[in-house]
Formats: sequence, structure tokens, C-alpha cells
Amino acid sequence: MGPAWLDCINDPVGSLVAAMVLLAFSGVPGLLIRQPGGGQRFAVIVTLVATLLGSAGAVRILAGAGGSRYLVAWPLPFDRCELAADHLSALFLLPLLLVTACCALYGRAYLPAEQHPATEKRVTLFLGLLSASMALVLLARNGVLLLLAWELMALSSWMLLATNLRDRQVQRAGTVYLLATHTGTMVLYLFFSLLQTRTGSFLFPVEHSISSQGGIAVIMLLAALIGFGAKAGIMPLHIWLPGAHANAPSHVSALMSGIMLKVGLYGILRAVSFFQAVPLWFGWLVLVLGGGSAVAGIALASSQRDLKRLLACSSIENIGIIVLGLGIAFVGMASTNQLLIVFGLIGAFLHLVNHALFKPLLFLGSGVIIHATGTRQIDQMGGLSRPLPRTSLLFLAGSLAICGLPPFNGFVGELFLYLAAFQEGMHAPLPFMAFTAPLLALVGGIAVITFVKLYGLLFLGAPRTPEAAHGHEAPAAMLVPMAVLAGFCLLGGLAAPLLARLVMPVVSTYSGLGQTLVMGLVAPVPLRTVSIMNGLLLGGILLIWLIWHQLVSHRPVVSADTWGCGFLAPTARMQYTGSAFAELSGSIFNTSAIPSVRLAALQPLFAAPSLFCPALTERILDRLLLPVMTGVDWCFSWLRRMQNGHLYLYMLYIFVTLFALMVWSYI
Amino acid sequence: MVSSVIHVVLLLVMPPLLLGVINKTKAAFAGRKGAPILQPYYDLARLLQKGSVFSTTTTWVFRAGPVVTLAATLLAALMVPLGNHPALISFPGDMLLFAYLFGLARFFTTSAALDTGSSFEGMGAAREVTYACLVEPTLFFVLITLARMSKSLSLGTMFTYPSLQVWLTSGAVMLLLSNALFIALLAENCRIPFDDPNTHLELTMIHEVMVLDHSGPAFGMILYGAALKLFVLGALFTNLILPFKTGNPLPDWGIFIVAMLYLAVLIGVVESVMARLRLVRIPQLLVAATILSAFAMLLIVR
Repeated sequence: MGPAWLDCINDPVGSLVAAMVLLAFSGVPGLLIRQPGGGQRFAVIVTLVATLLGSAGAVRILAGAGGSRYLVAWPLPFDRCELAADHLSALFLLPLLLVTACCALYGRAYLPAEQHPATEKRVTLFLGLLSASMALVLLARNGVLLLLAWELMALSSWMLLATNLRDRQVQRAGTVYLLATHTGTMVLYLFFSLLQTRTGSFLFPVEHSISSQGGIAVIMLLAALIGFGAKAGIMPLHIWLPGAHANAPSHVSALMSGIMLKVGLYGILRAVSFFQAVPLWFGWLVLVLGGGSAVAGIALASSQRDLKRLLACSSIENIGIIVLGLGIAFVGMASTNQLLIVFGLIGAFLHLVNHALFKPLLFLGSGVIIHATGTRQIDQMGGLSRPLPRTSLLFLAGSLAICGLPPFNGFVGELFLYLAAFQEGMHAPLPFMAFTAPLLALVGGIAVITFVKLYGLLFLGAPRTPEAAHGHEAPAAMLVPMAVLAGFCLLGGLAAPLLARLVMPVVSTYSGLGQTLVMGLVAPVPLRTVSIMNGLLLGGILLIWLIWHQLVSHRPVVSADTWGCGFLAPTARMQYTGSAFAELSGSIFNTSAIPSVRLAALQPLFAAPSLFCPALTERILDRLLLPVMTGVDWCFSWLRRMQNGHLYLYMLYIFVTLFALMVWSYI
Repeated sequence: MVSSVIHVVLLLVMPPLLLGVINKTKAAFAGRKGAPILQPYYDLARLLQKGSVFSTTTTWVFRAGPVVTLAATLLAALMVPLGNHPALISFPGDMLLFAYLFGLARFFTTSAALDTGSSFEGMGAAREVTYACLVEPTLFFVLITLARMSKSLSLGTMFTYPSLQVWLTSGAVMLLLSNALFIALLAENCRIPFDDPNTHLELTMIHEVMVLDHSGPAFGMILYGAALKLFVLGALFTNLILPFKTGNPLPDWGIFIVAMLYLAVLIGVVESVMARLRLVRIPQLLVAATILSAFAMLLIVR
């Protein structure tokens, strides 16, 4: 027996709690250090230490080590403040820690304190707080503690999002985000209050202990789906997502998109685990929402003109795919179909881990591009693979992985979802679920459109602006985190069985099916063969490249301009733009955003110079919610008289309210 | 063993022959003598000996495009059964890798096209990815229907399952499936009525415009890869519509080769008697094919 802190670190849950505390305070010393950069360096080191410490704990929990429960003494009247970690928490904590470390290291070079003295301290402090609060959400075993952590998470991500608050776009995105997240939190209050009335305690109930019969259970399930789903960005609760992820600093977007959305999914999974059984309607609802989010999300992404907005919309698609997998599993649970449970959960968990690798990679890559060109508009870039060769390669890896193309990790997760659909198609008397396979294929197809457009227009072709031509490659501190993430993406494809083994214990404990049963169901899935085929593919590419190189190197090679079909003075502006590339597919698939074209009116005889400006109107936010909100605003404008800036009046309001409550309790 | 050798040799050598037969058929319809049937082989041999021209705009992605495309197509080809002969590589779920390998090929072909910076090639790339995206659901409906009929999750078993008995008992399903797959085959291989492989400089074409800037051995690899893709998808189609099996390897090879040549003639006939569709009509036909295959699934569930 060593000292108490050593015992704590030896315990897997203890090491996770310690990592969380380290992360939370990583930015604090920076507030006191006057010399610029010192605090930032310190925060990076602390974050790396916390990541090593915490991932060791998470891996040990996944490997089967039991953890203790930690009680924090708090003076609040909401039962015990309990922290613990099970397989489900560990599965979410592992990517959280990895991505946090990558983002912290990247942030040191992306927003160096020497050049951003005004914002650096704030970003460092809240980045640590954001990751710590997400870890706390995953560790909390008390509803009120979870809500506190949830609020901390929402506020610290808002502080990060609003780093550059002078920008009007940031202001708008921040306001929409704040409103959306608090609407979601309000619904969560309802969920946890109802939970408390059911169990009599704010502590999480034992798994599968609450009856799923009756109206209250229905309200609870829907509240969990809406409250947590709004954070996850499930359509149609996604309205805040594109703006918030696009306008935050890139490494914050990476953390928000890669991890924070998943925390919402964790909430849904945790909430469902309280109930004795999952109702069938809930499973189908989740499945349909997932499928809808996947198709509508990627269709929305394909028409975006802003680099980071595109990536954000593609997050809606990926969350949709994960939710689709969860839906398959929930339907399986309701109809006691073990194969659907296992394949749906494995597919969802694998895609969750995969998305936490390739989406941060792409967002970090977008930061490099924004650094180099100073813009987020896809149509103003082009030819970046010359000034940014390494970023180009890493971004390509991320793009292939997110499309689910072999030999990367994305394919492995989708494989399970497809197999679930095919199995259902083969054996079920009414194979509704088989329709998910063509749906996923369609989503994969649109994803290829989106990412060919993104990669092609950013990195290939001729630079469209002078800024794009004279960009500079990122420093190693930005490239190393991206390379780590890309390496994991490739490893996930080449060592698919390893990736599956990571999530299998979680599936087993979450579904309550035994380890051997899960293993037995997964055994026919050809993970090893897929890995070998991925290796064969890489080998084949290498072999054909060598043959081609031999053929080319023995013959004359000439460099010339791109053939312009006889036109001799092509310019970079004549290239196909992103809007043009996506126009055809957008006209077919995109239903949630309307492209509108603003054309200046032409004069009847002598046309003045006119402006062609394509813009994207998002149907739900711009056409539905904003007009409704404006109406609500108008209805309640008389209330503004109460808010007149006099402090004594505000104190009076509080007094009157308290007095009224006191009187009410006596009546 | 002999069968495997024949399998590999056929897979590697036969694809360009199909193009030759198609062109000969078209020439016959047009009243021309036409190029020799072996002309695609001569073209390939000539291209492999030529020098290369690279645009100054291009990077390594342009050079990797044909290489990755060919590697992915070859790997996919190994998973396809030829006639009554099982695929060289077969495992449950191989149809998914098959479909995604073509996705990888498409990603690199279109990226290589965008790498030239030519608006023509950008246009072709946009069309290629969009139409392929509409073909994908058709392919998956066909696969699911076949999986349900054959109770199998591997291309090898799914596509050797159709027999005379199957055609007699569920002819309607097979008819719908084969029609849908034929439309998908024409669209994926950029044949008329979707695309005209003979024109280079018209605003309506897709595949040919994407490869305008490739030259020499790389262009040879593209032509060969395209022929291989036609051969692979054609082999799937002939397996579906060909219910004759002797069970004896050598006659089976004969039947397969004759069937593939007939398929090439069929494609030639379609190309001769049909005009290319207007671009706006193409999505409609592709969606129609998806609905045909979805009907097949409904019928088999009933």
C-alpha cells in the first residue's frame, strides 16, 4: 500500500478521475504566468499526461478490470455525488482523451500565445474545461451532477465558439447554439425529474430496473431522445450544428464534432439502459431518425460552399449512421433478435470510434488550410497540394476514411450495419430493415460526391486566388496530431479484428448478452479477410505503380498545359467550382436546403455589370424556426419593459417571487 | 487447378475482346466493315509503348488515379464467379467490399480528373459521381433480393444460384432483377444511352471527358480498367440470365465465353438502335431501375 494518490491512480476509475481533474485545471496556471506561451506549453504537457493516465485506465476497464465508485462530498441536497466508469463510459472516454491531446498540441501552433495574447488564455482554459466536463458527463452517476457537467460543457464550448466574438457570423452561430443547447437541457431537466419521481433518487438507477410501460416511460424516452439528441445533432434538431462547428476555432470544431456530439449519443444509450425493455416503436423511431439524418445530412453537406460548414454537415450524416445502428440494435432488443442487437451495436460503436478519428483529422486539416489561405470558401481555393503536400496527403486519408472506402477504418463499421440489413433481408418474414442497405449505399455515394468535391477543389487543380498559391505548410505541432489520427484510421482498416475487439466487451455488457454469445455471432464476419484484402489492395497499388513507373521512365515524358480543347489561354477562374460540381447532385438529393440565386436585374438596353450570387437557405432554420421565433419575440416584446436595467427592481422581482412561492406553499 | 488457370487467364485477357465485339456489332449495324475485333489489344499494346504528357497543373494524385483504379478493379474482379465457376476469393459479405472497391476507384478517377484543373473534366467528374450514386441503391436491392433467394451472403453463391428451376418458379423476379442489373451495367460502364464512349468533345459525355489528359501507359491502364469493369459486371449479368449449367468444367467455360460474347453483341445492338438520353433524363431512368429492383424485392418477400 502506497500513499493514497498512488492507490487512486492504480485504480482504473481513479486514474480517469485524476485525468479529468488534470484536464479541468490545465489552463489555470496559464492565467497566472505572465510570459506568453508558458501557460500554453504547460497546458499541453498536463493534457498529454492526463491522456496517458486516463487512456491506461479506459483500456484497463475495456479489458475487464473492475473499477471502484468514487463519492464526492457535496453540500447539495441531491443525493450522493457518485463517479464511476463502466465499459460504456470507457468506450467514449478513450477517443475523448486521444482527441483532446491532439487538439491541445495542435492548438499550441494554431493559436500561439505569442500572436494571440488576447484570446489564448481563454481558449486554453476552456479547452481544458470542455474536455474535463465531457469526461465528467461520462463519469457521473447522479442526474444532477450530469446536468451540472452538461451545463459546464455547453457553456465552455460556447466560450470557445465565441473566441472571435466581433465577427457577426460568430455572434449569430453563438446565439443559435446557446438557444438550442438550453432548449435541449430544459428537456433533460424534465427527463431527470421524471426519473427522480420514478426511483425516488437522483442517483442513476440499476440497469434495466425501470418499467417501460405507461405514459411516463414514453415521455421519459422521448425527452431523453430530444434532450440528448439535440446535442448529438440528429435531424431535425441539428439547426445549431453547422454554424457552431464552422465558426469555432478549428481545433475546437474538431473536439466538438469528434467528441461532443458523441456525448449526446452516450446520453441516449445511458438513458435507454435504465429501462427494463426498449419499446419497439422507440427502436423504429430511432432507426428512422438515423436514416433520415444520414441522407439529409450528407445531401446538405454536398451543397455547402464553406469548408467547415461542409464538414459540420457531414457530422450530421455520420451521427445519423451511428443512430441508425443504435436503432437496429433497439429494434433487435424489442424483438429479442440477438443478431440485430449485436451487429447494430458493434456497427454503431465502431462508427462512433471511427468518426472520432477521421472527423477531427479533417477539421484539423481545415485549420491548416484556413491558416494558409485566410478563407473558408471552397471556391476560392485550389491547387493547395503544392504548397501543403503533407496536409494534402493526410486530408486525403481522412476523406477516404469518411467515405467508408477501403483500406481505411470507415468500411469496417459500415460492414456490420450492412450485414445486419442483409441478414434481416435474408431471414425476416417482413424485411423492412433490409431497406437500410440501399439507403446506406446511397449515403455512401453522396459522401463520395461530397468529399471528391472537397478534396478536389481544395487541393487539386490550379490555385483560384493568389492566397491559395502562396500558402505555407503547417508546422510539425499541427501535422503530428493529424498524422496520429490518420495512422489510427489506416490501422483500423488493416487491423479490423483489433478494432472490433475494442468494442466487443462494450456490446456484451450493454446488451446483457454473454461474451461467448457475442463472439459466436461475430465469428462469421470476415474481419480477418477484410484486413487481408485491404493489405492486398495496398500491395496491388504498389505493384501496379512500380510497373507503370517502369513503363513511363523508359519513354519520353513531356510537361505541357492542361488540354483546353483547343483554347489556348485558360485561366484558373475557368475551372469547375464547388457550386458547379455539386449543382447536379444537389438538384436531385438536397431537400433540406434551397439553393437560391441572386441576380442583379438587367437593364433593358445596356446591361449594367450584374452579380451572380448563389446562396443556400436552410429550410428548417431559415424558413421555419426563425420566422416562428420572430413571431414569438413580437408577442413577448411587452415583457421587455420589466428588464429596464435598474438593479433594485430586479431584487424586488426576486423578493416578490420568493414571497409568492412562500404564500403558495401555505395555501 | 486447370480451371483456376483458365479463370485467371480469362479474367486478365478477355476484357478488351468485349470492346472489340461491341465495336464490330456497331459497325455492322452502320453498314461499315469496322475495325478488327482485336483492335482494343493493338491499342493497348501501342499505348503501353508510348511516351507520356503530364499537365503542369497536375500532382501525384493525377498519376495515382489510373493505378489505384486498376488495382481496385482487379481486386474486385477476383470476387466474381465466372459462369458456373466459383470466384477466386469468396467470403460472406464480399459483395460489400466489391461495391466499395468500385467506390474507391471512382474516388481516384474523379480526383485525377479534377487535378487537371480543366472545366471539362470537372464537369465529367461531377456527372460520374452523381450518376454512380443513383446506381448504387439498384445494385444493393439486386444483392439483397439474391441474398434472400440463395440464402447466402457472398457474390460467389448468389450469382451461381440462378438455374433453370429458379427461372421457372420465380421468373418475374429474375426478369425484374436482370433488367435492373442491365441498366446498372450500361450506366456504370458509361455506355449508350447514358454516355457515348466514342465521343470526346461533346458536352454530354461523362467517362471519356474525365480521362482527356491521360496519355501513354496511364491511358492504356484506364482503357484496360474500363474493359475489366465491363467484363466483371457483365459476368454478374450473364450469371443471372444464364440458367444452363452442365456441371462439367470445360463445357461450362465454353458456355460462359459464348454468353459473354453474346452480351457484347447485345450491348452493341443497344448502342446501335438507341440514341443517347438527354442528361436530365438520365437520373429518371436510373431511379426507374432502382424501383424495378425494389419491385423484385417486394415480389420475393410476398
